[in-house]
Amino acid sequence: MMSSILIAVVVLLALASVFGIILGFAAVRFRVEGDPIVEQIDALLPQTQCGQCGYPGCKPYAQAIADGDSINKCPPGGQNTIDALADLLDLEAIPLDAEHGEEKPKTVAYIREDECIGCTKCIQACPVDAILGAAKQMHTVIVSECTGCDLCVEPCPVDCIDMIPLPVTPANWKWPAPVSDPSLILTDRGRGQLLQGASQ
Amino acid sequence: MSRIFSFHGGIHPPENKKQSLGANIRLAPIPAQLILPLQQHIGKAALPCVAIGERVLKGQKIAEANGRISSSLHAPSSGVITYIGPQPVPHASGLESDCIVIDTDGLDEWSTLSPIADYLSMNKMDLINHIRDLGIAGLGGAGFPTDVKLHLGDDHIINTLIINAAECEPYITADDALMRERSDEILAGIEIIAHLLKPSHILIGIEDNKPQAIKALDQALRASTLNIDICVVPTKYPSGGEKQLIQLLTGIEVPSGSIPADIGIVCQNVGTTAAIYRAVFKGEPLISRVVTLTGYALGHRQNYEVLIGTPFTTLLEAAEVNRTTLFRLVMGGPMMGIGVNDERIPVIKTTNCIIAATEDEMPPALPAQPCIRCGMCEQVCPASLLPQQLFWFAQGREFDKAKQHNLFDCIECGACAYVCPSNIPLVQHYRFAKSEIRTEEFEQQKASHARIRFEARQARLEREAAEKELRRKERAEAAAKQQAERKLAEATPKELNSDEEKAAQIKQLKTAASVARTKLKKANDALKNAREKGLEGIDKLETTILLLEQKANEAQQAWIDAGGEQS
Repeated sequence: MMSSILIAVVVLLALASVFGIILGFAAVRFRVEGDPIVEQIDALLPQTQCGQCGYPGCKPYAQAIADGDSINKCPPGGQNTIDALADLLDLEAIPLDAEHGEEKPKTVAYIREDECIGCTKCIQACPVDAILGAAKQMHTVIVSECTGCDLCVEPCPVDCIDMIPLPVTPANWKWPAPVSDPSLILTDRGRGQLLQGASQ
Repeated sequence: MSRIFSFHGGIHPPENKKQSLGANIRLAPIPAQLILPLQQHIGKAALPCVAIGERVLKGQKIAEANGRISSSLHAPSSGVITYIGPQPVPHASGLESDCIVIDTDGLDEWSTLSPIADYLSMNKMDLINHIRDLGIAGLGGAGFPTDVKLHLGDDHIINTLIINAAECEPYITADDALMRERSDEILAGIEIIAHLLKPSHILIGIEDNKPQAIKALDQALRASTLNIDICVVPTKYPSGGEKQLIQLLTGIEVPSGSIPADIGIVCQNVGTTAAIYRAVFKGEPLISRVVTLTGYALGHRQNYEVLIGTPFTTLLEAAEVNRTTLFRLVMGGPMMGIGVNDERIPVIKTTNCIIAATEDEMPPALPAQPCIRCGMCEQVCPASLLPQQLFWFAQGREFDKAKQHNLFDCIECGACAYVCPSNIPLVQHYRFAKSEIRTEEFEQQKASHARIRFEARQARLEREAAEKELRRKERAEAAAKQQAERKLAEATPKELNSDEEKAAQIKQLKTAASVARTKLKKANDALKNAREKGLEGIDKLETTILLLEQKANEAQQAWIDAGGEQS
C-alpha cells in the first residue's frame, strides 16, 4: 500500500523533473527576441512617424499599445488602422480620438522653391529623409518617399512648405463602393423620376 | 479535331451580333485630331520622344516603351504634335491622363517602314525586339505587351499555343469580321508566333456561332504547313476568358495566382496575330484596329478599321448616331464594358467595341434588392467562386476573408450579376473590394518602406552622435595628455640652448622670486597686524609664513642657480 503510493510519487516527480528540464531548455533555446506583438502592431501603423499620438514615433506607440494604451490615437492611419489593430488585438474597434487630430486625405509636402532660403531645418525634421538640399541651397521633397507627416511644416522659418493632397490619377483611382438604397423596393421604381420631373 | 472539355458555370445572354455583321469592315475617317494616351497597355506608361510643334509621319514612333513591360506608340497618321498633357482617356474613372495630341494634315503620309523579308533566318531576339519596337500589345482587352509573351525565357517551356478567337461577349464582332476578311493575315501571324515559341500544339478556340469565320480559317489553313487545330467550342459566355478557354481546349485549369505560361500555355488574341503579321511582313506598327460600332442609336452598325487615337465623337458621327435616341454609350461589351460619359475619349489599342445603346436596349439598372441566397451566382461563376459569399464580405468590408475566398480569381465577367434575381451589382462590389485590398497592400508596402527609411535615419543619427562623442573624448584625452606633458616639462628643468631662452627663464624665475618675497612680506604684515589687534588664526598665519619663507627661499635659490645674480 505504502510502497505503491511511494512509487506513484516517485514516478510523478521523475516525470515533472524531466518535463521541467525540457521546458527549461526550450525556454532558453527557442527564446523569442523582442516582443513579437509590438512588431505586429508596428507593422499595422502607417509609419509616418508624425508623433500625433503623443509618442515620438510609430514604434513607441506600438509599444504603448502593447502595454495597454488605446488604439485610436493614430490620425494618419485612420479608421482602417484602428480596425486592423482591433482585429489583431481582439479589441473593439472604436472611433478615432479627435484629440489627436482628424483623418485627412493623404498629402505630400511641397516646397515653394522660390521662397526657400536653404536653412535645412525641414531636412532635420523629416523622419524619413525625404527632403533633399544643403545649407543655402534650395530644398525639395522626394514625393515618392514623403509620408505626409507634416513635421517639416512647423520648423520652416519662411512658411514655404505646403501639404498638398495627392492627385487622383487613373493609376491610383479606386472603384467606389456601389451605393444601394435598401429602402427602395421594386414597385417604387420610377417614382423618383416622376418627382424629379415634377420639380423641374 | 481535338476533344473539347467544359468549364464550370457560364451563361447564354442574347448575342446581338448579327446587327454589326451586315457589311464588311469599313475604313473610318481620319479625324482632325488624334489623341494618344501614353498608357494603353498593362505596365509602365510610354515616354514621349517627340516635341510639341514637331511634324510626324504616319507610323513614326512618338513614345518609347519604358521598361520591360511597356509598349511604344506610333503616329497613326501624319500631322503636327500640338499638345502633350492630360486629356480624358478611356478609363472607368473618367479621369484624365497624359496623352500626345496630333493635329492631322489629311495627307496620311507614311514614314519609311522596315518590313522583314525573311523572318525565319533572323535572330529570334531581333525579331521579338522588332515586334516590341512596333508597339504590338494584346488586342483582346487587357493590352499586355505581346513581346513579353513571346520571350518568356528559359523558365517557361511552351508546348501549347492557343489563339483566342472565341469572342464570347454579346455585340462584339471585331474578331469575327477580321477572321472572315483577313484569315490569311491571321494564319501568317500564327506562323510567326509558332516560329518564336515552337509549341507542339496550336489550337484556335472559336465559338460555334461564327460559321463563316470558321470556314475562312479552314480555307486559309489548307495552305499552311503548320499543325493547327481549329477547336469549335459551344457558344457560352465567358468561353473567351483566357483561363476558361484553356480549360475548354485542354481540360487543364490554370492554378490560382499563376499565369498560363506556368503550365506551358500561351494565349494570343486573334487580332494580335494579324497585328504581328503586319508588323513583320509590312513593317507597320500597331496604329489601327478593328472596332465594332453597334447599338440601335447608330445608323451604320458595322465594323470599322479605326486609327488608334480617333475620338469616339468622330466614330459616332461616321456611323450616323441618332443623338435623340442615344441613351447610353458603352466602351467594350455589354457584360464587361464600362459606361462612357465623355465622347471626346479616343480609341486605344484595347478598344474592341463601342455600343451606342437606346433606352430600350440597355435600360437603367433596377434597384438592388437584398440577397436572398438563392445560389444562382454560384451556378454560373466560370471561376468556381462563391459570388454571394464574396458579396457579403465586400459589403461588410471584410476584405481579408474575401481574399481568402479567392476574390482575385474573379475575372469580373459579370455572369453572376446577370443572373442575380435581386439585381445586385455584384461585379461593382468585387471591383470595389479588389481596389480596396490593392490600396491597402500598397499602403502597407509604403509604410514598411517608410519604416526602413526611418530606422536607417535613426541609426545614422545615433552613429553620428556616437562618432561625435568619440571625437569629443579623443579631444579631451589629447588635451589631458598635453597638460600632463607640459607639467612634466615644467618639473624637469630643460636643457636650454640659446641665450635668449636662458634670459627668458631667468626673468621668469626672478619674477617668481619677487612674487614669493612680496607674498611673504604681506603675510608678515598680516601677522604683525593680527598680533597687535589680538585677532584669531595667528597659528595658521605663522605656518603659512613658514611655508612662504620656504617657497621664497626656493625661488631665490632657483634664480641664483640659473645664473640670475650675474645678469
